[in-house]
Amino acid sequence: MPVEMSTREAYGRALVELGRTNDKVVVLDADLSRSTMTSYFAKEFPQRFFQCGLAEQNMMSIAAGLAASGKTAFASTFAVFAAGRCFDQLRMSIAQPRLNVKIVATHSGISVGEDGASHHAIEDLSLMCSLPGFTVLVPADGVEAGLAVIAAASMEGPVYIRLGRPKVCVICDVDYRFTVGKAVTMRPGKDAAIIATGIMVWEAWQAADKLAREGIECRVINMSTMKPLDEEAIVKAAAETGAIVTAEEHLEHGGLGSMVAQVVMRNRPVPMDSIALKDVYAKSGKPEELLQRYGLSARHIEEAVRGVLRRK
Amino acid sequence: MASAPVSGTAPESPSSARLKGLTLEEMKAMARKLRRHVITMLGAAGSGHPGGSLSAAEILTVLYFKEMRYNAADPNWPERDRFVLSKGHAAPILYAALAESGYFPVEELSTLRKLGSRLQGHADRTLTPGVEMSSGSLGQGLSFSIGVALAARLDSRPYRIYVLLGDGECQEGQVWEAAMAAAHFKLDNVVAFVDHNGLQLDGRTRDIMNIEPLSDKWRAFGWHVFEVDGHDLAELSKALEKARGVKVQPSVIIAHTVKGKGVSFMENNVEYHGKVPSGEDLERALKELA
Repeated sequence: MPVEMSTREAYGRALVELGRTNDKVVVLDADLSRSTMTSYFAKEFPQRFFQCGLAEQNMMSIAAGLAASGKTAFASTFAVFAAGRCFDQLRMSIAQPRLNVKIVATHSGISVGEDGASHHAIEDLSLMCSLPGFTVLVPADGVEAGLAVIAAASMEGPVYIRLGRPKVCVICDVDYRFTVGKAVTMRPGKDAAIIATGIMVWEAWQAADKLAREGIECRVINMSTMKPLDEEAIVKAAAETGAIVTAEEHLEHGGLGSMVAQVVMRNRPVPMDSIALKDVYAKSGKPEELLQRYGLSARHIEEAVRGVLRRK
Repeated sequence: MASAPVSGTAPESPSSARLKGLTLEEMKAMARKLRRHVITMLGAAGSGHPGGSLSAAEILTVLYFKEMRYNAADPNWPERDRFVLSKGHAAPILYAALAESGYFPVEELSTLRKLGSRLQGHADRTLTPGVEMSSGSLGQGLSFSIGVALAARLDSRPYRIYVLLGDGECQEGQVWEAAMAAAHFKLDNVVAFVDHNGLQLDGRTRDIMNIEPLSDKWRAFGWHVFEVDGHDLAELSKALEKARGVKVQPSVIIAHTVKGKGVSFMENNVEYHGKVPSGEDLERALKELA
């Protein structure tokens, strides 16, 4: 039985750890602290926690004011609200002045499940990667989420961290090293590369496992930093495997697939395919049902790999 | 004279110490000078927003030359009072006040809006010494000020935060999110000004989207409200002094002003929200402000 933990749970715990060692850390939430798990921090450090109520835009600009006054401000809400509703506040209050605000957005992607389209953030990576100066992190599991939160606090400038709702398999082992801007090869392979982000890293791993049984060795790359993108790892994968499949829990426009394709096009064109949502809003359902229904499962990655291999 | 206690050994700003001595007459002359800078720099730039800069000249004068403690030689002095320009299109009046306060040379004002200048079309905290917040997208300044005020409370610093909003800006929903929050957090270190000049880009505020009764709205949101003639330096000073005595709630000063104030043909003329006088009009404007 694999160990499971949600990335938001890891975030809540990491924040408390940070709060104990760094008194500059302050946390803001918009009436979702028991879902984003900032409630752990609120309980231990009530003076440094600011409940902003249902006013996310206000919260983001308040976070900017705190950061401009020397604080390391973590602001949390669901990803749909953080990136979508507050885009102008992120742009003008935070990104342009490059303030030290960490947006930690939970409940991203369609794995939110039953809450449906209103709560499925599937555009956030495109929006956040478009903002100059933002660092964008998408941890694959709870271990990496904790490390990403600590890393974000130790760097200066705006960071967006994309987390999820459900418990997910822990795939990073205890001595896993996370470095902002560095992709991690989770599994070696010379036949094709699967570049995945977030919960899709686990799906990619399962697809690679299946293909390996037929003698197809896939390199699985965890692209947990979406921006700045590790171009070196992408070019290396293109050169050494000759075929690339990307996988993300996000719309295909402007997401990981688009960004990897730009790098591949400029440096080392190879056959490519992308596993992503195809210009649709998903419906209510169980997370695993939705991943199957909308083409975001290990099986779909496996098929995509076979496809690019035929074009090699 | 209103002045917050200077904490510890923090240095008093040489420029503010000197300028705090300005008499009412000297402040009047300063407001006029700032208006002249606004017209001159916008004339040189060939574009920009004169109306809402001219209406705020006295507000900026009383803040920078009487009320606030700052150190122009050290713009990031941690104990400084903060001025946040939420209506970012009024950047010219802020630049004029900052230049006259010693943040940068007055000559630099002529670079406004030009490539390579530190004086951007709208306020930019990354480039201009003394600019606290990047603005230009309306509605965000009061929220930002709350963050600065909460930090002051956490750090037990006595500095105060002044924020200037436009009346048209009060149509932005975020302003009211922030109004609610500042009162909820009991931020008595925040003073907001509403430059209530009654005009916005498309016409009269009451026709575009009525914001009245404005004082009642702020009061209902939990603020201590002052209503003043926004061109009367004595009234503005008095309101600021009284605001220092207001505890457990933030203060707002609704400043009744005239858009384009000081230049006869620009006063109450909606055309001059975002149009700059040129040629003979420019000369006439400067002559009226001489």
